[in-house]
Amino acid sequence: MLKLYDYELSGNCFKIRWFLNILGIEYESVAVEFYPSKEHKSAWFKEINPLGQLPVIDDDDFRLRDAQAILVYIATKYDSSGNWYPSHDASQTGEIAQWLSFADSLTATISSARLATTFFFDFDLEKCQTGGHELLRILDEHLWFQEQQQLEWICRGRHPSLAEIACFPYVALSEEGGISRQEFAAVRRWTDRVKRIPGFIGMPGIFPAGS
Amino acid sequence: MNSLEIAKSCSTYSCWHPLFALEDLEEGGVPVYTQLLDQAVLCERLSEGKVSVRLADQQRGPDRQAEDLHSQVQFGFVWACIGPNPQLLFDIPEYHEPDRRNVCTGVFGVEVSAPRAIENFLDMGHFPFVHTGLLGIEPHTEVVDYQVTVSDEPNEIVATECLFFQPQAAVGSVGGVVTEYVYRVPHPFCAILYKSCPFDESRRDVITIFVQPESEERIRAHTMMSIVDPESSDTSIRLFQQMIFGQDKPILENQFPKKLPLDPLDEISIRADRVAVAYRKWLASGGVRYGVIPGAQAT
Ligand SMILES: [Fe+2]
Repeated sequence: MLKLYDYELSGNCFKIRWFLNILGIEYESVAVEFYPSKEHKSAWFKEINPLGQLPVIDDDDFRLRDAQAILVYIATKYDSSGNWYPSHDASQTGEIAQWLSFADSLTATISSARLATTFFFDFDLEKCQTGGHELLRILDEHLWFQEQQQLEWICRGRHPSLAEIACFPYVALSEEGGISRQEFAAVRRWTDRVKRIPGFIGMPGIFPAGS
Repeated sequence: MNSLEIAKSCSTYSCWHPLFALEDLEEGGVPVYTQLLDQAVLCERLSEGKVSVRLADQQRGPDRQAEDLHSQVQFGFVWACIGPNPQLLFDIPEYHEPDRRNVCTGVFGVEVSAPRAIENFLDMGHFPFVHTGLLGIEPHTEVVDYQVTVSDEPNEIVATECLFFQPQAAVGSVGGVVTEYVYRVPHPFCAILYKSCPFDESRRDVITIFVQPESEERIRAHTMMSIVDPESSDTSIRLFQQMIFGQDKPILENQFPKKLPLDPLDEISIRADRVAVAYRKWLASGGVRYGVIPGAQAT
Protein backbone atom coordinates (compact mmCIF):
# COMPACT_ATOMS: atom_id res chain seq x y z
CA MET A 1 0.00 0.00 0.00
CA LEU A 2 1.12 3.53 -0.70
CA LYS A 3 2.78 5.04 2.34
CA LEU A 4 2.68 8.76 3.11
CA TYR A 5 5.10 10.36 5.56
CA ASP A 6 2.67 12.85 6.93
CA TYR A 7 2.13 15.69 9.38
CA GLU A 8 -1.43 16.71 10.13
CA LEU A 9 -0.83 20.47 10.33
CA SER A 10 1.26 20.69 7.14
CA GLY A 11 -0.43 22.21 4.10
CA ASN A 12 1.93 20.32 1.81
CA CYS A 13 1.00 16.99 3.41
CA PHE A 14 -2.67 17.95 3.32
CA LYS A 15 -2.58 18.39 -0.47
CA ILE A 16 -1.42 14.79 -0.88
CA ARG A 17 -4.05 13.43 1.56
CA TRP A 18 -6.72 15.43 -0.25
CA PHE A 19 -5.69 14.32 -3.74
CA LEU A 20 -5.51 10.67 -2.66
CA ASN A 21 -9.01 11.09 -1.25
CA ILE A 22 -10.29 12.58 -4.51
CA LEU A 23 -8.95 9.59 -6.43
CA GLY A 24 -10.16 7.14 -3.77
CA ILE A 25 -6.72 5.67 -3.16
CA GLU A 26 -6.11 3.98 0.16
CA TYR A 27 -2.86 4.74 1.85
CA GLU A 28 -1.00 4.33 5.09
CA SER A 29 -0.08 7.51 6.93
CA VAL A 30 3.19 7.52 8.87
CA ALA A 31 3.08 10.46 11.28
CA VAL A 32 6.26 12.52 11.43
CA GLU A 33 6.12 15.09 14.19
CA PHE A 34 7.28 18.31 12.54
CA TYR A 35 6.49 20.36 15.65
CA PRO A 36 7.63 20.56 18.38
CA SER A 37 10.07 17.65 18.16
CA LYS A 38 11.35 18.42 14.60
CA GLU A 39 11.21 14.73 13.73
CA HIS A 40 11.62 15.61 10.03
CA LYS A 41 15.19 16.64 10.88
CA SER A 42 15.90 13.41 12.77
CA ALA A 43 18.50 10.93 11.56
CA TRP A 44 15.92 8.26 10.69
CA PHE A 45 13.85 10.61 8.58
CA LYS A 46 16.86 12.13 6.82
CA GLU A 47 17.64 8.67 5.54
CA ILE A 48 14.25 8.80 3.86
CA ASN A 49 14.62 12.40 2.71
CA PRO A 50 18.06 13.99 3.07
CA LEU A 51 16.41 17.41 2.68
CA GLY A 52 14.50 16.82 5.90
CA GLN A 53 11.19 17.88 4.35
CA LEU A 54 7.66 16.53 4.28
CA PRO A 55 5.83 14.97 2.54
CA VAL A 56 7.44 11.84 1.13
CA ILE A 57 5.65 8.87 -0.40
CA ASP A 58 6.72 5.29 -0.77
CA ASP A 59 4.73 3.44 -3.40
CA ASP A 60 5.84 -0.18 -3.75
CA ASP A 61 9.41 0.80 -2.88
CA PHE A 62 9.33 3.75 -5.25
CA ARG A 63 10.19 6.68 -3.02
CA LEU A 64 9.44 10.28 -3.95
CA ARG A 65 9.78 13.57 -2.08
CA ASP A 66 8.41 17.06 -2.84
CA ALA A 67 4.67 17.70 -2.68
CA GLN A 68 4.40 18.93 -6.25
CA ALA A 69 6.41 16.02 -7.68
CA ILE A 70 4.24 13.62 -5.70
CA LEU A 71 1.06 15.14 -7.15
CA VAL A 72 2.41 14.72 -10.70
CA TYR A 73 3.36 11.11 -9.98
CA ILE A 74 0.01 10.21 -8.40
CA ALA A 75 -2.00 11.87 -11.17
CA THR A 76 0.01 10.23 -13.93
CA LYS A 77 -0.14 6.82 -12.34
CA TYR A 78 -3.60 6.70 -10.80
CA ASP A 79 -5.91 9.24 -12.45
CA SER A 80 -7.38 7.30 -15.35
CA SER A 81 -9.52 10.29 -16.39
CA GLY A 82 -6.40 12.29 -17.20
CA ASN A 83 -8.24 15.44 -16.10
CA TRP A 84 -5.98 16.45 -13.26
CA TYR A 85 -2.77 16.31 -15.26
CA PRO A 86 -3.45 16.03 -19.01
CA SER A 87 0.03 14.88 -19.91
CA HIS A 88 -0.68 14.69 -23.65
CA ASP A 89 -1.43 18.42 -23.89
CA ALA A 90 1.69 20.57 -24.06
CA SER A 91 0.15 23.90 -23.14
CA GLN A 92 -1.91 22.47 -20.30
CA THR A 93 1.01 20.62 -18.71
CA GLY A 94 3.21 23.67 -19.22
CA GLU A 95 0.68 25.84 -17.41
CA ILE A 96 0.29 23.34 -14.62
CA ALA A 97 4.08 23.16 -14.13
CA GLN A 98 4.15 26.95 -13.93
CA TRP A 99 1.57 26.95 -11.13
CA LEU A 100 3.21 24.04 -9.32
CA SER A 101 6.27 26.23 -9.11
CA PHE A 102 4.05 29.09 -7.89
CA ALA A 103 2.87 26.73 -5.13
CA ASP A 104 6.49 26.40 -4.02
CA SER A 105 6.68 30.17 -3.73
CA LEU A 106 3.53 30.08 -1.59
CA THR A 107 5.33 27.65 0.71
CA ALA A 108 8.36 29.94 0.92
CA THR A 109 6.23 32.93 1.90
CA ILE A 110 2.80 32.09 3.36
CA SER A 111 3.81 28.80 4.95
CA SER A 112 6.90 30.44 6.44
CA ALA A 113 4.79 33.30 7.81
CA ARG A 114 2.48 30.74 9.42
CA LEU A 115 5.42 28.87 10.93
CA ALA A 116 6.64 32.14 12.42
CA THR A 117 3.28 33.22 13.89
CA THR A 118 2.09 29.84 15.11
CA PHE A 119 5.18 27.76 15.81
CA PHE A 120 7.70 30.53 16.58
CA PHE A 121 10.12 29.76 13.77
CA ASP A 122 12.79 32.42 13.53
CA PHE A 123 11.87 33.79 10.09
CA ASP A 124 11.60 37.38 8.86
CA LEU A 125 7.84 37.53 9.33
CA GLU A 126 7.29 40.87 7.63
CA LYS A 127 9.20 39.79 4.54
CA CYS A 128 7.24 36.51 4.33
CA GLN A 129 3.94 38.37 4.73
CA THR A 130 4.80 40.97 2.10
CA GLY A 131 5.89 38.23 -0.31
CA GLY A 132 2.78 36.15 0.34
CA HIS A 133 0.50 39.15 -0.10
CA GLU A 134 2.10 39.92 -3.45
CA LEU A 135 1.58 36.33 -4.63
CA LEU A 136 -2.07 36.45 -3.61
CA ARG A 137 -2.45 39.67 -5.59
CA ILE A 138 -0.96 37.99 -8.68
CA LEU A 139 -3.23 34.97 -8.24
CA ASP A 140 -6.25 37.20 -7.72
CA GLU A 141 -5.60 39.11 -10.92
CA HIS A 142 -5.07 35.88 -12.85
CA LEU A 143 -8.29 34.35 -11.54
CA TRP A 144 -10.25 37.49 -12.33
CA PHE A 145 -9.13 37.31 -15.98
CA GLN A 146 -9.97 33.61 -16.05
CA GLU A 147 -13.48 34.45 -14.83
CA GLN A 148 -13.86 36.96 -17.66
CA GLN A 149 -13.39 34.04 -20.05
CA GLN A 150 -15.88 31.88 -18.13
CA LEU A 151 -13.00 29.79 -16.77
CA GLU A 152 -13.37 28.70 -13.16
CA TRP A 153 -9.93 27.25 -12.55
CA ILE A 154 -6.33 28.36 -12.55
CA CYS A 155 -5.39 26.64 -15.79
CA ARG A 156 -7.27 26.48 -19.07
CA GLY A 157 -9.89 23.77 -19.43
CA ARG A 158 -13.22 22.97 -17.83
CA HIS A 159 -11.82 20.67 -15.16
CA PRO A 160 -9.77 21.66 -12.12
CA SER A 161 -6.14 20.57 -12.34
CA LEU A 162 -3.20 19.84 -10.11
CA ALA A 163 -2.69 23.61 -9.95
CA GLU A 164 -5.78 23.78 -7.68
CA ILE A 165 -4.48 21.03 -5.41
CA ALA A 166 -1.00 22.52 -5.21
CA CYS A 167 -1.96 26.17 -4.67
CA PHE A 168 -5.09 25.93 -2.53
CA PRO A 169 -3.71 24.84 0.88
CA TYR A 170 -1.43 27.76 1.66
CA VAL A 171 -3.85 30.24 0.09
CA ALA A 172 -6.52 28.91 2.46
CA LEU A 173 -4.12 29.05 5.43
CA SER A 174 -2.89 32.59 4.72
CA GLU A 175 -4.80 34.15 7.63
CA GLU A 176 -2.84 31.94 10.04
CA GLY A 177 0.26 33.66 8.78
CA GLY A 178 -1.39 37.04 9.28
CA ILE A 179 -2.02 37.56 5.54
CA SER A 180 -5.58 38.69 4.86
CA ARG A 181 -7.51 37.69 1.75
CA GLN A 182 -10.07 40.43 2.34
CA GLU A 183 -9.15 42.43 -0.75
CA PHE A 184 -8.84 39.42 -3.07
CA ALA A 185 -12.42 38.71 -4.11
CA ALA A 186 -11.53 36.48 -7.08
CA VAL A 187 -9.32 34.36 -4.81
CA ARG A 188 -12.16 34.02 -2.31
CA ARG A 189 -14.62 32.95 -5.01
CA TRP A 190 -12.04 30.42 -6.23
CA THR A 191 -11.44 28.92 -2.75
CA ASP A 192 -15.23 28.48 -2.42
CA ARG A 193 -15.33 26.66 -5.76
CA VAL A 194 -12.36 24.46 -4.83
CA LYS A 195 -14.06 23.41 -1.60
CA ARG A 196 -16.99 22.13 -3.67
CA ILE A 197 -14.84 19.83 -5.81
CA PRO A 198 -16.04 16.28 -5.02
CA GLY A 199 -13.69 14.55 -2.59
CA PHE A 200 -12.72 17.70 -0.74
CA ILE A 201 -11.51 17.15 2.81
CA GLY A 202 -10.41 19.73 5.33
CA MET A 203 -7.50 19.97 7.71
CA PRO A 204 -7.05 21.86 10.99
CA GLY A 205 -7.43 25.46 9.87
CA ILE A 206 -9.35 24.67 6.69
CA PHE A 207 -13.02 23.96 7.06
CA PRO A 208 -15.21 22.32 4.43
CA ALA A 209 -17.54 24.43 2.27
CA GLY A 210 -20.49 26.12 3.93
CA SER A 211 -18.91 26.45 7.37
CA MET B 1 -3.87 53.85 29.80
CA ASN B 2 -1.75 51.78 27.46
CA SER B 3 -1.59 48.00 27.69
CA LEU B 4 1.48 47.93 29.89
CA GLU B 5 -0.10 50.37 32.34
CA ILE B 6 -3.24 48.26 32.39
CA ALA B 7 -1.14 45.17 33.15
CA LYS B 8 0.65 46.93 35.97
CA SER B 9 -2.55 48.27 37.45
CA CYS B 10 -4.47 45.01 37.69
CA SER B 11 -4.32 41.63 39.39
CA THR B 12 -2.75 40.05 36.29
CA TYR B 13 0.58 41.56 37.32
CA SER B 14 0.81 39.42 40.44
CA CYS B 15 -0.17 36.19 38.66
CA TRP B 16 2.26 33.51 37.63
CA HIS B 17 2.47 33.15 33.85
CA PRO B 18 3.88 30.25 31.80
CA LEU B 19 6.78 31.00 29.45
CA PHE B 20 8.28 27.75 28.16
CA ALA B 21 8.08 24.01 28.56
CA LEU B 22 11.23 23.25 30.53
CA GLU B 23 12.10 20.49 28.04
CA ASP B 24 12.18 23.04 25.21
CA LEU B 25 15.04 24.94 26.89
CA GLU B 26 18.59 23.74 26.63
CA GLU B 27 20.34 23.40 29.96
CA GLY B 28 23.13 25.98 30.12
CA GLY B 29 22.06 27.29 26.70
CA VAL B 30 21.76 30.92 25.68
CA PRO B 31 18.87 32.86 27.25
CA VAL B 32 15.73 32.78 25.12
CA TYR B 33 13.48 35.76 24.45
CA THR B 34 9.77 35.76 24.82
CA GLN B 35 7.15 38.36 25.59
CA LEU B 36 4.96 38.67 28.67
CA LEU B 37 2.43 41.41 29.37
CA ASP B 38 3.90 43.72 26.71
CA GLN B 39 7.44 43.30 28.00
CA ALA B 40 10.35 41.36 26.55
CA VAL B 41 11.72 38.80 28.99
CA LEU B 42 14.73 36.51 28.84
CA CYS B 43 14.54 32.99 30.17
CA GLU B 44 17.54 30.83 30.92
CA ARG B 45 17.69 27.21 32.00
CA LEU B 46 20.43 26.71 34.57
CA SER B 47 21.65 23.39 35.91
CA GLU B 48 19.53 21.02 38.04
CA GLY B 49 16.21 22.23 36.71
CA LYS B 50 16.72 25.79 37.95
CA VAL B 51 15.76 28.73 35.81
CA SER B 52 16.40 32.44 35.67
CA VAL B 53 13.96 34.93 34.17
CA ARG B 54 14.53 38.65 33.84
CA LEU B 55 13.23 41.64 31.93
CA ALA B 56 15.25 41.92 28.72
CA ASP B 57 15.95 45.63 29.12
CA GLN B 58 17.14 45.23 32.71
CA GLN B 59 20.80 46.14 33.12
CA ARG B 60 22.56 43.48 35.15
CA GLY B 61 24.66 44.55 38.11
CA PRO B 62 26.95 42.38 40.22
CA ASP B 63 24.05 40.88 42.16
CA ARG B 64 22.34 38.98 39.35
CA GLN B 65 19.70 37.44 41.54
CA ALA B 66 18.39 40.78 42.75
CA GLU B 67 17.31 41.63 39.20
CA ASP B 68 15.69 38.31 38.46
CA LEU B 69 11.93 38.07 38.29
CA HIS B 70 10.12 35.60 40.47
CA SER B 71 10.23 32.26 38.69
CA GLN B 72 9.50 28.61 39.31
CA VAL B 73 9.18 25.33 37.45
CA GLN B 74 5.82 23.59 37.80
CA PHE B 75 3.91 21.04 35.67
CA GLY B 76 6.90 20.89 33.33
CA PHE B 77 6.76 24.62 32.57
CA VAL B 78 8.73 27.69 33.55
CA TRP B 79 6.48 30.24 35.25
CA ALA B 80 7.30 33.85 36.02
CA CYS B 81 5.69 36.74 37.80
CA ILE B 82 6.72 40.29 36.95
CA GLY B 83 4.98 41.92 39.91
CA PRO B 84 6.61 42.11 43.34
CA ASN B 85 4.12 39.92 45.24
CA PRO B 86 3.21 36.76 43.37
CA GLN B 87 -0.03 35.02 44.25
CA LEU B 88 0.13 31.32 45.02
CA LEU B 89 0.22 29.13 41.90
CA PHE B 90 -2.62 26.58 41.83
CA ASP B 91 -1.93 22.87 42.10
CA ILE B 92 -3.00 19.93 39.97
CA PRO B 93 -2.79 17.00 42.42
CA GLU B 94 -3.19 14.40 39.66
CA TYR B 95 -0.01 15.65 37.98
CA HIS B 96 2.06 14.21 40.81
CA GLU B 97 0.59 10.67 40.66
CA PRO B 98 3.41 8.27 39.84
CA ASP B 99 1.70 6.34 37.02
CA ARG B 100 0.56 9.39 35.05
CA ARG B 101 2.01 10.27 31.69
CA ASN B 102 2.74 14.00 31.78
CA VAL B 103 3.22 15.22 28.23
CA CYS B 104 3.79 18.82 27.16
CA THR B 105 1.79 18.92 23.96
CA GLY B 106 3.21 22.08 22.45
CA VAL B 107 2.95 25.83 22.46
CA PHE B 108 1.05 27.68 19.75
CA GLY B 109 0.93 31.36 18.85
CA VAL B 110 -2.57 32.78 18.43
CA GLU B 111 -3.81 36.29 17.64
CA VAL B 112 -6.41 36.54 20.37
CA SER B 113 -6.68 37.65 23.99
CA ALA B 114 -5.94 35.23 26.81
CA PRO B 115 -9.51 35.21 28.21
CA ARG B 116 -10.99 34.46 24.78
CA ALA B 117 -8.75 31.40 24.57
CA ILE B 118 -9.87 30.23 28.02
CA GLU B 119 -13.51 30.79 27.20
CA ASN B 120 -13.14 28.71 24.02
CA PHE B 121 -11.50 25.94 26.05
CA LEU B 122 -14.51 25.91 28.40
CA ASP B 123 -17.07 25.80 25.62
CA MET B 124 -18.41 22.40 24.59
CA GLY B 125 -20.93 23.86 22.16
CA HIS B 126 -18.33 24.17 19.40
CA PHE B 127 -17.22 20.53 19.47
CA PRO B 128 -19.54 19.10 16.78
CA PHE B 129 -18.80 21.96 14.40
CA VAL B 130 -15.08 22.56 14.95
CA HIS B 131 -13.80 19.18 16.13
CA THR B 132 -16.15 17.20 13.91
CA GLY B 133 -15.74 13.47 14.19
CA LEU B 134 -13.41 13.73 17.19
CA LEU B 135 -14.79 15.69 20.14
CA GLY B 136 -18.29 15.98 18.73
CA ILE B 137 -20.51 15.22 15.78
CA GLU B 138 -23.85 16.39 14.48
CA PRO B 139 -26.67 15.84 15.36
CA HIS B 140 -25.33 15.43 18.93
CA THR B 141 -25.07 19.16 19.48
CA GLU B 142 -26.91 19.60 22.75
CA VAL B 143 -24.96 20.69 25.80
CA VAL B 144 -26.96 19.27 28.69
CA ASP B 145 -27.30 21.37 31.79
CA TYR B 146 -24.34 21.18 34.11
CA GLN B 147 -23.29 22.55 37.50
CA VAL B 148 -21.11 25.61 37.98
CA THR B 149 -19.70 26.60 41.34
CA VAL B 150 -17.37 29.42 42.26
CA SER B 151 -15.39 28.89 45.44
CA ASP B 152 -13.27 31.22 47.54
CA GLU B 153 -10.77 28.76 48.98
CA PRO B 154 -9.24 27.99 46.59
CA ASN B 155 -10.51 30.84 44.46
CA GLU B 156 -11.67 29.03 41.35
CA ILE B 157 -14.53 28.08 39.08
CA VAL B 158 -15.56 24.44 38.82
CA ALA B 159 -18.04 23.12 36.26
CA THR B 160 -19.22 19.55 36.72
CA GLU B 161 -21.57 17.03 35.08
CA CYS B 162 -20.70 18.26 31.61
CA LEU B 163 -21.87 15.36 29.46
CA PHE B 164 -21.23 15.22 25.76
CA PHE B 165 -21.29 12.61 23.03
CA GLN B 166 -17.83 12.24 21.48
CA PRO B 167 -16.95 10.09 18.46
CA GLN B 168 -13.24 9.94 19.38
CA ALA B 169 -12.70 11.54 22.75
CA ALA B 170 -8.97 10.82 23.03
CA VAL B 171 -6.16 9.26 21.08
CA GLY B 172 -6.76 5.94 22.89
CA SER B 173 -10.54 5.85 22.33
CA VAL B 174 -12.26 3.34 20.11
CA GLY B 175 -15.73 4.39 18.98
CA GLY B 176 -18.12 7.02 20.29
CA VAL B 177 -18.91 7.49 23.97
CA VAL B 178 -20.72 9.93 26.20
CA THR B 179 -17.82 11.64 27.91
CA GLU B 180 -18.07 13.47 31.20
CA TYR B 181 -16.06 16.64 31.56
CA VAL B 182 -15.15 18.59 34.65
CA TYR B 183 -13.60 22.01 34.19
CA ARG B 184 -11.51 23.92 36.70
CA VAL B 185 -10.47 27.54 36.23
CA PRO B 186 -8.00 28.23 39.06
CA HIS B 187 -6.26 31.17 37.33
CA PRO B 188 -7.60 33.91 35.03
CA PHE B 189 -5.61 32.56 32.06
CA CYS B 190 -5.30 28.85 32.91
CA ALA B 191 -7.88 26.11 32.76
CA ILE B 192 -7.89 22.41 33.51
CA LEU B 193 -10.16 19.83 31.99
CA TYR B 194 -10.84 16.43 33.53
CA LYS B 195 -12.41 13.83 31.27
CA SER B 196 -13.29 10.16 31.51
CA CYS B 197 -10.23 8.03 30.99
CA PRO B 198 -10.68 5.36 28.27
CA PHE B 199 -8.24 3.01 30.07
CA ASP B 200 -9.49 3.27 33.67
CA GLU B 201 -13.10 4.06 34.56
CA SER B 202 -12.21 5.14 38.06
CA ARG B 203 -9.83 7.89 36.97
CA ARG B 204 -9.83 10.98 34.86
CA ASP B 205 -7.43 12.27 32.27
CA VAL B 206 -6.23 15.83 32.68
CA ILE B 207 -5.81 18.30 29.85
CA THR B 208 -4.60 21.81 30.56
CA ILE B 209 -4.26 25.09 28.78
CA PHE B 210 -1.86 27.62 30.27
CA VAL B 211 -2.04 30.88 28.39
CA GLN B 212 0.91 33.24 28.24
CA PRO B 213 -0.35 36.74 27.39
CA GLU B 214 2.31 38.27 25.15
CA SER B 215 0.09 41.29 24.71
CA GLU B 216 -3.61 41.95 25.18
CA GLU B 217 -4.43 40.45 21.79
CA ARG B 218 -1.64 37.96 21.18
CA ILE B 219 -0.96 34.79 23.20
CA ARG B 220 1.19 31.72 23.40
CA ALA B 221 -1.04 28.81 24.37
CA HIS B 222 0.84 26.11 26.26
CA THR B 223 -0.90 22.76 26.45
CA MET B 224 -0.20 19.78 28.65
CA MET B 225 -1.77 16.40 29.26
CA SER B 226 -1.54 14.26 32.33
CA ILE B 227 -3.13 10.97 31.46
CA VAL B 228 -3.46 7.31 32.33
CA ASP B 229 -2.66 5.64 29.03
CA PRO B 230 -0.19 2.77 28.98
CA GLU B 231 -0.41 2.36 25.20
CA SER B 232 -0.18 5.58 23.18
CA SER B 233 3.23 7.05 22.41
CA ASP B 234 4.12 10.58 23.52
CA THR B 235 4.19 11.54 19.86
CA SER B 236 0.69 10.28 19.11
CA ILE B 237 -0.64 12.03 22.24
CA ARG B 238 0.96 15.29 21.08
CA LEU B 239 -0.25 14.87 17.50
CA PHE B 240 -3.86 14.35 18.63
CA GLN B 241 -3.73 17.45 20.79
CA GLN B 242 -2.12 19.49 18.00
CA MET B 243 -4.85 18.51 15.60
CA ILE B 244 -7.49 19.69 18.10
CA PHE B 245 -5.64 22.93 18.68
CA GLY B 246 -5.10 23.47 14.97
CA GLN B 247 -8.88 23.31 14.54
CA ASP B 248 -9.42 25.88 17.29
CA LYS B 249 -6.88 28.40 16.04
CA PRO B 250 -8.90 29.92 13.15
CA ILE B 251 -11.99 30.06 15.38
CA LEU B 252 -10.02 31.95 18.01
CA GLU B 253 -8.45 34.32 15.50
CA ASN B 254 -11.85 35.22 14.06
CA GLN B 255 -13.26 36.30 17.43
CA PHE B 256 -14.40 39.88 17.41
CA PRO B 257 -13.49 41.84 19.38
CA LYS B 258 -10.27 40.03 20.26
CA LYS B 259 -10.60 41.16 23.88
CA LEU B 260 -13.28 39.57 26.02
CA PRO B 261 -16.19 41.90 26.84
CA LEU B 262 -17.07 41.70 30.54
CA ASP B 263 -20.21 43.80 30.40
CA PRO B 264 -23.04 41.36 31.14
CA LEU B 265 -25.16 42.92 28.42
CA ASP B 266 -22.56 42.65 25.68
CA GLU B 267 -22.50 39.11 24.37
CA ILE B 268 -23.89 37.01 27.14
CA SER B 269 -27.50 37.29 26.10
CA ILE B 270 -26.77 35.57 22.79
CA ARG B 271 -24.34 32.96 24.10
CA ALA B 272 -25.99 31.87 27.28
CA ASP B 273 -23.28 29.45 28.27
CA ARG B 274 -23.29 29.27 32.06
CA VAL B 275 -19.62 28.63 32.61
CA ALA B 276 -18.78 31.51 30.28
CA VAL B 277 -21.08 33.80 32.25
CA ALA B 278 -19.45 32.69 35.50
CA TYR B 279 -15.97 33.14 34.02
CA ARG B 280 -16.65 36.69 32.88
CA LYS B 281 -18.12 37.65 36.26
CA TRP B 282 -15.20 36.03 38.04
CA LEU B 283 -12.67 37.96 35.94
CA ALA B 284 -14.50 41.21 36.67
CA SER B 285 -14.72 40.59 40.41
CA GLY B 286 -11.09 39.43 40.48
CA GLY B 287 -9.97 42.76 39.09
CA VAL B 288 -8.67 41.44 35.77
CA ARG B 289 -8.36 44.32 33.31
CA TYR B 290 -5.88 42.84 30.84
CA GLY B 291 -7.22 41.36 27.59
CA VAL B 292 -10.78 42.32 28.48
CA ILE B 293 -13.21 45.12 27.76
CA PRO B 294 -14.35 46.11 31.24
CA GLY B 295 -18.04 46.25 32.03
CA ALA B 296 -19.89 49.51 32.52
CA GLN B 297 -19.62 49.37 36.31
CA ALA B 298 -15.86 48.95 36.25
CA THR B 299 -15.09 51.94 34.06
FE1 LIG C 1 -11.91 23.52 20.69
